[in-house]
This record gives sequence, C-alpha cells and structure tokens, in this order.
Amino acid sequence: MSLNDRLRGVFVDALQLDDDVDVENLKYRDIEAWDSVGHMALVAAIEDEFDVQFETEQVIDMSSFKVAVDMLKGFGVSE
Amino acid sequence: MSVFGRGQAERETALLAELTELTEHHRANSEQYDRILSALGHKSGASFDSLKSLPWLPVRMFKTHDLKSIPDSEVFKVLTSSGTTGGGASRIYLDKDAAAVQTRQLGATLQEVLGGKRLPMLMVDTIGIIKNRRSFSARGAGVLGMATFGRSHVYALDENDRPDVEAVKGFLEKHGHEPFLIFGFTFMVWQYLYEVARDHKLDLSNGILIHSGGWKKLIDIAVDNSEFRRRFATDTGLTQIYNYYGMIEQIGTVFLEGKSGNSLYCPDFADVIIRNPETWEEQPVGEPGVIEVLSTLPRSYPGHVLLTEDLGVVHGIDDGDWPGKRFSVLGRLPRAEARGCSDTFSGAIAS
Repeated sequence: MSLNDRLRGVFVDALQLDDDVDVENLKYRDIEAWDSVGHMALVAAIEDEFDVQFETEQVIDMSSFKVAVDMLKGFGVSE
Repeated sequence: MSVFGRGQAERETALLAELTELTEHHRANSEQYDRILSALGHKSGASFDSLKSLPWLPVRMFKTHDLKSIPDSEVFKVLTSSGTTGGGASRIYLDKDAAAVQTRQLGATLQEVLGGKRLPMLMVDTIGIIKNRRSFSARGAGVLGMATFGRSHVYALDENDRPDVEAVKGFLEKHGHEPFLIFGFTFMVWQYLYEVARDHKLDLSNGILIHSGGWKKLIDIAVDNSEFRRRFATDTGLTQIYNYYGMIEQIGTVFLEGKSGNSLYCPDFADVIIRNPETWEEQPVGEPGVIEVLSTLPRSYPGHVLLTEDLGVVHGIDDGDWPGKRFSVLGRLPRAEARGCSDTFSGAIAS
C-alpha cells in the first residue's frame, strides 16, 4: 500500500472521519474532529502505523495531511 | 530558539511597540473593549511612554463581558474558566491562528526545560477532563495544551477521579529508567502523586515535573514551594521541578520557574508589573502588590494587558537564571471573589 493510502487510513481511523471527507486536502483545525484532542490521537496513531517518533516541533508543525506526508518521507518511509 | 533571552530594557522597548499596536487592533475589532477603554478615559490612537502606562483590563471583565476581536464566524474554540459561586466563568475566544500561536509559544517556552524530544508523559489528572471538546475548562485546556509535549500519555487518575496506582506503577516500570515528563495542577500533584509515590515508595528521580494552579490548599497544610520541592526530592527522588503561573485569559503565556527554584520568569513576549493596590503605581522590587500580566499573544480577544486578582512580588531584575524580572505569586487578593480554576477540583473524593 502506498504511503498516501496508509496515511489516509490512519487519518480516517484516528479522527473518525466520514467517507465524504477530502482527507488529502485536510488541514489542522479545518474540521472539528481535527482539533487539539484529535491531533494527539492522530500523532500517536501515525507513530504507531509507521513506527516513527515525532519531535515536539514536528507535532506543532503538522498542519495538514500533506505536511504529514512530507514528514514521513523525511523519516525515509517509501511512497 | 530560546524565548528567555531578552533583558528588561530590550524587552520593554520591543513589547511597548507590539502592545500599543495590539491595543489599537482590539479597539478596532472589539466594540466592547473600545467602549471600556473610552469609559476609562483612554482615547484611541494614544501613544504610551512605558509598559506601565498601557491601559489594563481587570481579568474579571472576561466574566461579565463577551470580549472578542474576531467575528463569530471565525471562532474556533471557546475556553472557559471554572467559575465559582456567583462569579460566572470567563469566556475566551480563539480563532485558528490564535489557537496555533498559543500552542507554538507555549512550546517554545517549555522546550527551554524539556528539550525538543517528546518524553513519555504522566498526567496527574483524569482523561475525563478533555471529554467535551467544544468547550474546555481551564484544567482541560491546561492538560491538553501540555499533552503535545509528551507521548505515551498515562493518566494517574481514573475516570472517577480516583488515584490509579497501578497505572502509575505500570508507567514507571515501562518508562521510569529514562527521562519522563509529569504534568498536573499543583494541589493534585501533591495529593495524587506525591502522597501515592511516598506511600508506595515509587522512584520519580528521572522525572521532570511541570505544575501550576495555585497554592491555597497546600498552604493550608503548610506546604509552600520550598517545602514542596524538598519533600519531593527527599521522598521520591524528583528534583527537576518547574512551577508556572498562567491563566486561561492569557492562554499560551506561562511564567516559568527557573532551575534554581522559587522565582518565576517571563518569556520574551511577556512581562509582569506589580502594582500598589491603593495607588496603582508600580511597586519597587521587593514590595508586594497586584500582578499585571502583559503578553503579545492575545490577538483574537483583548487579553494582552490584564490586571489579575493575584498578589505577587518582584525579587530582582536581570539577576537570575534567565534575563528580565523574576517574581513570585503570593496568593489571591484578599477580597477577590474566589475564582476557582484548578482549586475547585472536587474535594469530595473518598480517601
């Protein structure tokens, strides 16, 4: 499965998103589910799925699905 | 980049320009705020020669007035203080930008003592505190704001607010041999962590404790900041302890205790002024008075210059662990209406 597909799955599960949400264009605080509570759940779920550990700065900077993709590539997760 | 770098003179010059701009911004965007300042005799467009001449808002205004500088459609989060008898609660309105800025600046402040890595985190609270996500209590906002700085969060209280000793033991077995973060409100940390750790002989020596929330209940049992630090060190091995002072009406700004203990410091984007409660003049170093807090963070609501209901004293300027003023909070103003915050945590827990 591609990085995008895996990450989309994590977003949908962690934020309990409906099917019609455009996950790949989602930004932090765009929707109620991705508020600071959702963010903590999301970060933990991404870390579990990809076996990575984000630093504080990265958690704060993870402002969209796309940014999360770039960060994971930075960890060497292949597309 | 450190946010504990500005000496007092440099800080005052920088903050005066920013806070003057913010005062105008809030006047232009909050009719209520503009009306209050006008009623106090402040004309818009005024310039100020020092931080102490900036108009302040009594913090309780956020209980009696809906003060926000953003349109209703931009409101992303409403924070409420836990109001007590007859008081009502403060309501603080954040838009997306304000929510992001407060997290970022709180992060910059705490990284000074925590470093950049997220540490395993023990929350001395219950997960129930963040259940209602549209509206957080002061305690919920504190817990959640802090959660960002940790990982693998474990809560030391169960959902019925009872100490979960097994959870704490499990956390320490897994993470106690490496640096870990502990967060909680001062009174709860004492009652639900210190006492539990002492009674169960738990080793907290690798912990870094960040705590806040008032000393009233602890002073009643003769535990002040020095005693708190001493007892934790003696009985649990915990020596890295950082108290902070902050309020929901200036979310994201925390005045953090330095490494040496017993003094709080202002991050570069904030300052304090201690005022004589009768003349409202600034008190000299060493003289207690009412604490005014200034911060450049509040842009979505006019909380940038606030007169608190707390008493404090400046101990020194540019002479401590970090530059700027160092101060202590001495307690509530005697006649201030009991305001609650984390002190309202129910005392009704069966012990």
